[in-house]
Amino acid sequence: MIHTVNKSPFERNSLDSCLRLSVKGSPILLIEDGVLAATKGTSVSDKVAAAMNDHPMFVLGPDLQARGLGETDVADGITVVDYGGFVDLVCEHGTVQSWL
Amino acid sequence: MSEEIEFDTAGITKKFMYVNRKAPYGTIYALEVLEAVLISAAFEQHACIVFVDDGVYQIKKGQDTEAVNMKNFSKTYGIIEMEKEDADEDEDMDMEWRIIVEKESMEARGLSPDDFVVAVEVIPSDELAVIMAEQEIVISG
Repeated sequence: MIHTVNKSPFERNSLDSCLRLSVKGSPILLIEDGVLAATKGTSVSDKVAAAMNDHPMFVLGPDLQARGLGETDVADGITVVDYGGFVDLVCEHGTVQSWL
Repeated sequence: MSEEIEFDTAGITKKFMYVNRKAPYGTIYALEVLEAVLISAAFEQHACIVFVDDGVYQIKKGQDTEAVNMKNFSKTYGIIEMEKEDADEDEDMDMEWRIIVEKESMEARGLSPDDFVVAVEVIPSDELAVIMAEQEIVISG
């Protein structure tokens, strides 16, 4: 199973719920406003860093770019993927749970 | 036209989970997920209907929507409970249904199992995470 989060961690609890209800080892892909959780030096950075001990973390590049953000803004350990990478992740991990 | 059409009803059975995370009436999510759940009953699929975060308010007792001019669909969750009971009792039916409330979400909102319109399993998040990981199809709202 792969988890996607599409809401900002500063506005909604989608990321918190995802972290609470995902088993260790399952990957998390941040998309749409969810990409804001991947940026450095925020109030949720520590939480995201801790989550990386249990989950491979990915962030969708086009959604970063659309918001004026790039790879240099992304915290260490989070992998930036393009749409093709998104498809690969879903094919590899099967069931998708979307935290809306 | 006397030919009878035969439908193959012995199809594939999959494990579905429905994750309800939004309170009713503010958005259309709760009603849409409920409709999807009822469809999966018609196709005799396995289903876990889960209430997490504000989704727990979907099954709160005593909803009265008259003054907001919206249909009170909380009674429809009773049909889910009936489907579950049918599935439990009918040995020939290969269909397992569970109605689950996440313990942490319920307690954070000052609710208890007595507050709900249906009988639920109250399960802590670490156990619910494992159940979720076992699903084949997850529909969230």
